[in-house]
Amino acid sequence: MTNEDLKIKLSELLPAVTFEEGGQWLNVNIESTDWLPFAKQLRNSPALNFDYLFCLTCVDWKTHLTMVYHLESTTYRHTIVVKSKLDRNKPEIETVSLIWRTADFHEREVYELFGVKFLNHPDLRLLILPDGWEGKNPLRKDFEDPVNMIKL
Amino acid sequence: MTSSPDVEGDLVINIGPQHPATHGVLHLVITLNGETIKKVDPHLGYIHRSIEKMCESLSFRQFIYVTSKMDYLSSHINNHGCALCVEKGLQIEVPARAQVIRVLMDELTRLASHQLWWGAMAMDVGALTPFFLAFREREMINDIMEETCGTRLTMNYMVPGGVMADVHPNFQRRVNEFIKHFKNKIDEYDELVTGNVIFQNRTKDVGYISKEDAISYGMTGPSARASGVQCDIRKLYPYGLYDKLQFDEIIETEGDSFARYMVRMKEMRQSLSIVEQLIDNIPEGDFQAKTKAVLKLPKGEFYSRVETARGEFGVYIVSEGGTTPYRIKFRSPGFSNLSALDHMARGSKIGDLVAMMGTLDLVIPDIDR
Amino acid sequence: MDVKPDIQNNPFPGEVHPSPTGGVLVTAIDDVINWARSNSLWQLVFGTSCCAIEMMSTASAKYDWSRFGFEVARATPRQADVIIIAGTIVNKMAPVLKRLYDQMADPKYVIAMGACATSGGPFFYNTYSVVKGADHVIPVDVYIAGCPPRPEALLHSLICLQKKIRAGLTREQIRMEKPEQSF
Repeated sequence: MTNEDLKIKLSELLPAVTFEEGGQWLNVNIESTDWLPFAKQLRNSPALNFDYLFCLTCVDWKTHLTMVYHLESTTYRHTIVVKSKLDRNKPEIETVSLIWRTADFHEREVYELFGVKFLNHPDLRLLILPDGWEGKNPLRKDFEDPVNMIKL
Repeated sequence: MTSSPDVEGDLVINIGPQHPATHGVLHLVITLNGETIKKVDPHLGYIHRSIEKMCESLSFRQFIYVTSKMDYLSSHINNHGCALCVEKGLQIEVPARAQVIRVLMDELTRLASHQLWWGAMAMDVGALTPFFLAFREREMINDIMEETCGTRLTMNYMVPGGVMADVHPNFQRRVNEFIKHFKNKIDEYDELVTGNVIFQNRTKDVGYISKEDAISYGMTGPSARASGVQCDIRKLYPYGLYDKLQFDEIIETEGDSFARYMVRMKEMRQSLSIVEQLIDNIPEGDFQAKTKAVLKLPKGEFYSRVETARGEFGVYIVSEGGTTPYRIKFRSPGFSNLSALDHMARGSKIGDLVAMMGTLDLVIPDIDR
Repeated sequence: MDVKPDIQNNPFPGEVHPSPTGGVLVTAIDDVINWARSNSLWQLVFGTSCCAIEMMSTASAKYDWSRFGFEVARATPRQADVIIIAGTIVNKMAPVLKRLYDQMADPKYVIAMGACATSGGPFFYNTYSVVKGADHVIPVDVYIAGCPPRPEALLHSLICLQKKIRAGLTREQIRMEKPEQSF
């Protein structure tokens, strides 16, 4: 489906979406509370069939955090990017690890590096950081560690 | 961090982090009932070098050297992906000679990576001779790379705009000699391991994963193509010269360890045929496009995808217009391939776990970044 | 001049130092023991990242290291003599390395291979998780430069380690002579 058709179809599914222009793929902005039902429809709707989540990450803009999901369909070969803004002091969003199984590990990584809490995740704990690093979110822009980091 | 067993009579054991069969520092916590596996829990992070944080203070020319140390067996292909992302942001046109050299280096790296995988996997299931045979051929490729790029393992040869230096005058002759030598050897590899009854019994029907599960777990590369998933980035979203070359995408449907093995063996032949098509037709011209000394990407987000020897590697750059990236994310293939290990291993014996990990071809620094 | 009455009347000229290892005969056996130890060092399989591939190349047929006596790569630290730290050490891996080193039996030696194990290497600045040099964790005997070092450099360092063993005392022998010095 082309970007125009996708825009029409996605607006039907969730009227509150907004679109960003100028990216490589179609960028879709949603509220974090709408994510789980929207994700289920993206996966199960036969015209869209987004079954391959290939990148799940988070970006720290200094006033807020943004979750970024890159989705692709292996049957129709269309790609979209879903973004959702989160509050910096209480970042929470629903988990999608029951829809796309790859999100399990990716969400654990975002939890430990940025501090985002994923509601209803089956097993949210540290993945690549050592024990005792809960709460220190190294990839946030205000992370200071004078013991370990030597600044150039 | 210990986990206690849920059921009376279960045993929780550790494999790794220092273990000859884990191909790096991987710590698996396995819950066993007798010899049957009930749960595999990977503990990662023993080689987490905080690369994504470090790249936020490196310039756009400097961060490329770090990616060749992530998945060091396909270092050229990783560098190619990063250079493509920066070129996409700056709209640089790469000259034809540089593109041919890039594809040649990529395919030679893929061959070298599959050779080492073959040797290490045969060693895991118990055969020691293939290890030495694989390294004999790999040394030939290392020597070719060393003449042109300067080092044998982590070559930082790709730059935004082309390649760093022109190929050595001996390059064509040596690659032609290598092709002639390797064509016989690959039949020898098949004779030695593929037809072996013991090897087939150890890998057939071991570690089955279906097509829907493979897509849901985000598996890519030869491990997913063995389950029937069409995911070769060189065919779907061609970059460089791949849309003008003749090669097949190898797909098998069984989904077990033997299918993953056969996909990689056939891919070695395809890579050899790509090198043959290109080696005598390198066009004349520049090896590097003219770029400014200090690169500044415009404000925005850029994503590039390449096919490494393990799967799909993605580079996601968020730039704010400065000389360093604001946020870089590397989508590594091993991270998603490893998450499927738990699903594949439930119900099989502990001896099969080693065969499964061998065919998944994991490189742990790629997973931990 | 007749020497015999001198020998009977005067004691041995010069000073006699009692040595804990027993004097001339046992010192010669020490040399033989050191020679035997240096020619049969078995290494522990410990490679964390890229340098491990160059270590495997040194083990294979082109740059074979078993001609120098490093025949077998043992998987368990109890049976190994030398640990070659090939790769970066991070904060999570450091206690594991210390535990492996403690499990090895004396005499044991350590080689730090590559820039990462020597000083943190390319990951020195702006990383929060890398130990800047393996010698923050265990004492190192030989350092090898390079990223990754060539197999010939690894062979050169193994030969240097052999020379070091043949020339000097092992750590426990030094500890016995000078008890106030601890390693």
